[in-house]
Amino acid sequence: MTSNGTCCCGCGSKEAAFSALAPVLEQYGKTPGSLITILQHAQDLYGYLSTDAIQYIAEYTGIKPAKIYGVATFYTQFRLSPIGKHLIMLCKGTACHVNGADSIEEAVTEELGITDGQTTEDGLFTLNNVACLGCCSLAPVMMIRTADGDETYGNLTKAKVRAILQDIRAKEAASK
Amino acid sequence: MKVVVGQGSCGVATGARKTSDELERLIAEKGLTNVAVDLTGCVGTCYLEPIVDVYGDDGALQARYVKVQPDKAAAIVEEHLMGGRIVEDLAISRQDEAFLSQQKRIVLRNCGVINPEHIEEYIAAGGYEAAKKAVTSMTPQQVIEEVRISGLRGRGGAGFPTWFKWNAARQNQADQKYMVCNADEGDPGAFMDRSVLEGDPHSVLEGMLIGGYAIGASQGVIYVRAEYPLAIKRLEIAMAQARERGFLGQNLFGTGFSFDIRIKAGAGAFVCGEETALIASLEGERGMPRLKPPFPAQRGYWQKPTNINNVETFANVPWVLLHGGAALAAIGTEKSAGTKVFALAGKIKKGGLVEVPMGLPIRDIIFGIGGGIKNDKAFKAVQMGGPSGGCIPAELAGTTVDYESIPKTGAIVGSGGMIVMDEDTCMVDMARFFLDFTRKESCGKCNYCRVGTKRMLEILERITRGEGRDGDIELLEELAEKIKDGSMCGLGQTAPNPVLTTIRYFRNEYEDHIYKKKCTAHSCKALIHYEITDACKGCTLCARNCPVGAITGSVKQRHVIDQDTCIKCGKCMDSCKFGAIVKD
Repeated sequence: MTSNGTCCCGCGSKEAAFSALAPVLEQYGKTPGSLITILQHAQDLYGYLSTDAIQYIAEYTGIKPAKIYGVATFYTQFRLSPIGKHLIMLCKGTACHVNGADSIEEAVTEELGITDGQTTEDGLFTLNNVACLGCCSLAPVMMIRTADGDETYGNLTKAKVRAILQDIRAKEAASK
Repeated sequence: MKVVVGQGSCGVATGARKTSDELERLIAEKGLTNVAVDLTGCVGTCYLEPIVDVYGDDGALQARYVKVQPDKAAAIVEEHLMGGRIVEDLAISRQDEAFLSQQKRIVLRNCGVINPEHIEEYIAAGGYEAAKKAVTSMTPQQVIEEVRISGLRGRGGAGFPTWFKWNAARQNQADQKYMVCNADEGDPGAFMDRSVLEGDPHSVLEGMLIGGYAIGASQGVIYVRAEYPLAIKRLEIAMAQARERGFLGQNLFGTGFSFDIRIKAGAGAFVCGEETALIASLEGERGMPRLKPPFPAQRGYWQKPTNINNVETFANVPWVLLHGGAALAAIGTEKSAGTKVFALAGKIKKGGLVEVPMGLPIRDIIFGIGGGIKNDKAFKAVQMGGPSGGCIPAELAGTTVDYESIPKTGAIVGSGGMIVMDEDTCMVDMARFFLDFTRKESCGKCNYCRVGTKRMLEILERITRGEGRDGDIELLEELAEKIKDGSMCGLGQTAPNPVLTTIRYFRNEYEDHIYKKKCTAHSCKALIHYEITDACKGCTLCARNCPVGAITGSVKQRHVIDQDTCIKCGKCMDSCKFGAIVKD
C-alpha cells in the first residue's frame, strides 16, 4: 500500500489497498456497535488510522466519516499518524509518577530527541505516554512494542533507559 | 514433580518467561522426565518476581524461590530437582512469607496457585460448583437473597450493594438482558482486576454466569482494557474451555438456562468506568455518559436491562454461593463485608497485591504487610481511589479501610489503588498530576468538568512553577465545589477530590509554594536550587557534567553554580563524590 492508501501496483484501487481489512469488514461491518472493534483491527493491520482507511470503513459500513473520526479521536488507543518500528509506551501512572517517571521521559527525550507523540526521523522509535500499564510495583515502567511483541521494562533509571535504547539501535544497525 | 513459574504481567516484565524457558531447557538437558514445568498467575508479591514454586509428587509445596532470574535456574535444577536439597539462598524469607500470611484471600484464592490456562485446575479447586448449585438447586431470587445476606458491595469504587442492582435488573422484564463485567481498570496505579483476570479468569466467568442466572440474562460481555493483552488472551482460553465443558452455552447443567460471554476490548478512556459511558462504548460510540434515570437496570445496552459489575465483585460471587452469604458477612465490618484487594505501590518496600478483611487500619497494610516506606524515609500520605479519591495524611494512618471510614477523610475506597508517598513527594504536584489526568480524560459533555478542570490545572501548574498568587487556594476551592455540583457523572463530581484533600491536609505546602516560593519536598523544579558547599574539593567533575556550563571554578577550589544559567537537572549532585552539593 502506498501512503495515499491506493494500491502499490499503480492501479489506483483502494479495494486492493485495504484488501486485508475486507475479512474484518465482512465479519463486523454490518453488526451494529462494532465500530471500535473494526478500528482496532484496522490499526493492528496498518499501524494507524489513515484518512483513507477511515473513508474506506465509512463507505463499507455506511457510518459517516465524521462520526468515525469522532470515535477515533475520543479513545487514546487510536492513532491518526504512522508510528515508528519500536513504540515506546512510557507509563505515567500514579506509582510511576511518584517514582520518577518524569526523569525517565527526560532520558528518552535526551537519547532520541523526541517528545510525547513524536517519531524519530529514522522511523525507528515513537514515544507515547500512557496512563498506566498496570505493573505498578515495578515503577517506573515502560513497554516497547514491535511487530514481534511487547517487552516490558521495570525499575527503570535514566541510565537503564539509555542502555535499553542504545541496545535496540545497535541491533537495528547490525541487522542492516 | 512440578515446577511452577508465576507469569502474570509483572512476572513476565521481570523475565519470568525467560526463567521458565531456561528451566525447561535444563530439565530436558538433564533428562529429568519426571519434572513438569507449568505456569500460574500472580501471587501478589510483585517485588519478589520472578517466583518459582516446586511441588512434590504428592502435590505439596516443597519450596518457593524468589527473584529467580534465568541464571539462577541452574541452581534449582541441580540442587533441588536433582539433589533434593532446598536452595536456601533463593528461598523466600520468613518476613516475605508474612506478606502473604497476613492476608485473607477470597478473591485471590486461586491466583498464583492454579494454572489459569487449565480449566481442570479451576474445577479441582471447587470451580463451577457454585454455578451448578445456583442453576440447578436455587431460584434466581434465592441467589439474590444469598448475595444480599453476604453484604457484598460493588468493588469498582462506589460500593453499591450488589444484590440491589441484581434485583433491579431482575425485576425489569425484557426479551433480552445483559450481564456486563467492567474490566476497564482505568485508575492509573491499580492492577487488581488485571491480576484476577490473568490469574483466575474462570472465577470471573463463573461469577458472571451466576449473576446472569439471577437477573435472567443469557448474554454476558466483558469490557476489558486493550492495554491488558495477557488478560484478554487468558480470558479467551478460559471461555473456550468453559464452552467445551458445558459451563457456557446452551442448556447449562441440563437445565433450560443458557448463558454465553464475549469480550469487548476497550480503547482507552477513563470515563468508560462510568456505567452509561461504558454502555455507549460497547455500542461503538464515543464513551460519553448520559443522565440517569433511566438506569442501566431499566434501559442499558441496546436499551435492554443491563447489569454492570466489576471484576473483583464477580470473583467474590462463586465463593459467596459455595460458603453461604453469612460466611462473607462474618468477615470485615458490619457495613463493609468481606475483603478488599489493594494494589500497594509507590514509595513502599514490598509492593504488590494484598487482600485484607475490610476494617483493617491503613497502618497495618502499609507497615505490617507492605514492610514500610522505601529507604526508610518518612511516611507522608497514602493516595486512595485514584483520580476520584484523595490523599490521606500519615496522622490518619489509624483510619480503618471500609466504606464508612475512608470517605470521612475525603478520599474513597475506590477500586483499590493504594499509592504510598514519602517526604520527597510534593502534595501540590500530586494534585497537579491528578488534575492533568482528569482534564485529559474529561469527555467534554459538561462545561464545569471540561473547562473547570482545565482552569484548576492551570492554577496548579502556576503554583508549582513558583507563580502562585494570593487567593489561588480559595479560587481552587471555589472551582472544586462548582465542578462537583455542575458535573453529571462521577468523573467530574469526584475530579476535584485530590485537590480538596491535599488542601485540607497539606495547606501549608500550598502556602509555602505560593508565599515563600518554596517546595519543601524539593520536587518542583522551579522552586529548588542547587548549591555547592564548603565540602567541595574542587575536583571539577560537576563542572564537566553540567550540560549548560553553569558551574565555574578552578581545580582544588570550591566551585560555584550560576543560578541564572542552571536548569536544575541535578546532574551535578548525582556526580559529586563528596556530597558537597545540596538541594534547597
